[in-house]
Amino acid sequence: MILLRRIWDHDLAWSFRRSPVTVVAAALTVICVGAALLAPWASPQDPFDMAALNLSDAFTPPAWEDKGMASYPLGTDNQGRDILSTIMHGARISLGVGIAAVLFALVLGVSLGLLSGYLGGRVDAVIMRIADVQLSFPAILIALLIDGFARVALPGDRHDELAIPVLVLAIGFAGWVQYARTVRGSTMVEKEKEYVQAARVIGRRPLAIMLSHVLPNVTGPVLVIGTIHIATAIITEATLSFLGVGVPATRPSLGTLIRIGNEFLYSGEWWITVFPGLALVVLVLSVNLLGDWLRDALNPKLR
Amino acid sequence: MPLLKLERVSRDFDVSPPWLNRVLDHEPRRILRAVDQVSLDIDKGETVGLVGESGCGKSTVARLIVGLYAPTEGRIEYRGRRLQMIFQDPYASLNPRWRVHDIVAEPIRFLGTPQKVEELLRQVGLSPDDGEKYPHEFSGGQRQRISIARALAGEPDFLVCDEPTSALDVSVQAQILNLMSDLQRRLGLTYLFISHNLAVVSQVADRVGVMYLGRIVELAPAAQLFSRPRHPYTRMLLDAVPDLGMSGRPRTPVRGEVPNPLAPPSGCTFHPRCPHANERCRREVPAFIDGVACHAVLEGRI
Repeated sequence: MILLRRIWDHDLAWSFRRSPVTVVAAALTVICVGAALLAPWASPQDPFDMAALNLSDAFTPPAWEDKGMASYPLGTDNQGRDILSTIMHGARISLGVGIAAVLFALVLGVSLGLLSGYLGGRVDAVIMRIADVQLSFPAILIALLIDGFARVALPGDRHDELAIPVLVLAIGFAGWVQYARTVRGSTMVEKEKEYVQAARVIGRRPLAIMLSHVLPNVTGPVLVIGTIHIATAIITEATLSFLGVGVPATRPSLGTLIRIGNEFLYSGEWWITVFPGLALVVLVLSVNLLGDWLRDALNPKLR
Repeated sequence: MPLLKLERVSRDFDVSPPWLNRVLDHEPRRILRAVDQVSLDIDKGETVGLVGESGCGKSTVARLIVGLYAPTEGRIEYRGRRLQMIFQDPYASLNPRWRVHDIVAEPIRFLGTPQKVEELLRQVGLSPDDGEKYPHEFSGGQRQRISIARALAGEPDFLVCDEPTSALDVSVQAQILNLMSDLQRRLGLTYLFISHNLAVVSQVADRVGVMYLGRIVELAPAAQLFSRPRHPYTRMLLDAVPDLGMSGRPRTPVRGEVPNPLAPPSGCTFHPRCPHANERCRREVPAFIDGVACHAVLEGRI
């Protein structure tokens, strides 16, 4: 009870309650994440189970249209897969890839930023020049490059099962620079503070100081970047999948679904591509709004 | 045999602009000599004060002694058990994300000393329960007490104190100074006490060194330095101290400013501000002889 009380009274909780947009965004995020997490149990149909599919139900429009069926609330695609179910499963893959990619970028970026900022000198120069070069390419191009390289390097039969890990690495690697730069800047400020010198006088090693003293003091901005980056990573994944280089069609993400549906858009079967698209917009928008709120709430100047 | 011996210690800092700018603008490297040929002996149990204006290299000497910087030239010999340091800014010297208990326990854990955090907190006048709190829950004076507790946790026999009271209220300064002299008596500590506050130094120090632009210009027992200053710079500093005793002594403000340490004056670096400077002072660096580095004093002119 006391714990709940303290969470309720916390600064963050207070600014959260005061922003209706944020509350709505949080609710939508919870719904999206919940639907994605519970997809295997909550979805009306298992779209990956070939036996459950009925080809004669293909191209059924949404339930409220003339030929709609109640068992397929948002209609079906060209193989008779329930759109609602594919969206739930697709969001699961999109979110999973997005979060995993952000975690990878975060760990890589924070480590390099800490090293760069704390050690300075040549280490700093090398890491930051690599970052500069990478920033001159669009993230999607880097992800495409890595994905394409992995496609050539991996044997064909293993490619489909490794597609998702490769995608995570590609998107994550394309996004580490932001973390590195932010953390480097804060680290350079923190390392001049006397508590770091006090730790050095005690005789602690640079790595220990970086991890136990500097790291806890530079994580605030990282949290904000990470939240907003999840939305960007989901978009990048969707773009790659839309271009056909992301996840395989047998395990479609939201981007794959949009691409599949795109082929039928002009023949009138709009629901196949529009609903996954809407789901993507809602998911990305609500995560983005949450990130914006977090950025403002953690900024003492805007309190 | 002194506990700590500095032998002609110098420290340079490279303050050049980055390589690319240097090449484009045809600028040379710029080296700042923060500490220049400083020699100093400190015996066990004494308190040596080090005074001087901002930027004269006092803090660099402190950091050289505890090993935060390596000397560019010269030797530092320490024969004691362990050195610890107390810092100037009580708001920056404690990690804001750590609980006080963890802050004080860090030297114990890392150096393996048999100290107890509760005991240390009590020794510096805090309650053992304060260990559960974070630094931001304390005032400046209390934080400085935590800093002292952390320093003591490493079981030092030598404490380097870099302006430990200059960020504090005057009323709190006295408490911290009393605590420090108390600890010195009980634990037999040796202090190097750095300050720009002459009143504070006159209260705590046995001997006082006066620094100007990286050099020690005068070193004497505290009583002697304050009653019979020899170097013109020391005289200037003392003349500028507000006279609370109302003895009617005229107070002279400090003349001139500290020169740019990147391009120090020739000869005796104090000569542009010195009322007694002559041609020799402009040419020749005075040697440190018998506690003072000044041509005029050694020639008997003043």
